[in-house]
Amino acid sequence: MSLGVFTFPPIDELFRWKDFAFDGKFYAINKTSLLVMISSVLIIAIFVGGSRKMKLVPGKFQSTLESTYEFVDKGITRDVIGNDATRFTPFLGTLFLFILFLNFWEVIPFIQFPPTSRFGIPLFLSLMVYVLYWFLGFKHQGIKYLTGHLFPAGVPWFLYFLVTPIELVQILLVRPFSLAVRLLANMMAGHILLTALALLTAYTLENAPIIAIGPFALNVGVTAFEILVGFLQAYIFTLLTAVYIADSLHAEH
Amino acid sequence: MHDLITLAAAAGTGPGELKDGLQSIGAGIVYGAAAIGPGIGIGIVVGNAITAMARQPEMAGPVRTTMFLGIAFTEALALFGFVLFFLAKG
Repeated sequence: MSLGVFTFPPIDELFRWKDFAFDGKFYAINKTSLLVMISSVLIIAIFVGGSRKMKLVPGKFQSTLESTYEFVDKGITRDVIGNDATRFTPFLGTLFLFILFLNFWEVIPFIQFPPTSRFGIPLFLSLMVYVLYWFLGFKHQGIKYLTGHLFPAGVPWFLYFLVTPIELVQILLVRPFSLAVRLLANMMAGHILLTALALLTAYTLENAPIIAIGPFALNVGVTAFEILVGFLQAYIFTLLTAVYIADSLHAEH
Repeated sequence: MHDLITLAAAAGTGPGELKDGLQSIGAGIVYGAAAIGPGIGIGIVVGNAITAMARQPEMAGPVRTTMFLGIAFTEALALFGFVLFFLAKG
């Protein structure tokens, strides 16, 4: 794509990073996988380190960690699944923090690349959720989990010709796919937008420095917006996971 | 399509370039069209959530959670359009 002399690089250049170790192997390390590893280590270090020597009256660090946990426990697990489902909080909390940390690499200076904008990571997370809610559904409701979805009560029989295929596609394909694509597309769109604005700033700075303030101010604004988006997408992914789990545990009323 | 090719040939554009151009236009239309419905939908969801919160401020928490759920489901359609945009561009 080009406007006059200004050229926008192809999409591959924005998202495909060169392997810098174990080149060509399936376990090759590039920027994406390195960031994933760093985030996992960071999360483990922060939370394991923070939960050692816990005090009754928490300090600043401990109370930040506690309110993070409480946010997931109260805002997601208890509100959506129920008060008796706190056993899911560790899973949902890990999911939330993992996605949050990965998303926030987008706004860290000099790194500015969210690993969640590569399809592999959201796809893997959503497949994990997919397996989990099918397993829980059959464990808690048996075959009724499937029949309750495919043949909802209170629907006239002739509408089943319409409802059943839609519901089947919904729980088999649309749920995991939309869960993964929502996260991917949001982070991808944000990354493309930030790159475009940064390139535009650099281009105008060379040719007409006075106009450069426009794209630059926009870039700063969009970066602030990306912090919100990164948080919101992590929240929504976890919230939807909780909704699907709740759907597997209790039959619809 | 055939008329377009003759027209393009008259202007000195090869059929390959014409195909690329049409693909880009199509991709643009795909995303633009996919954004219309969800745009209206998200507007309705958020508007009604604000009405609910203004009427019953004590229910703001659950309403907000449900609002995000509604937005997430509505937004998915626009995001499918976003993915199709990249597929249509080839």
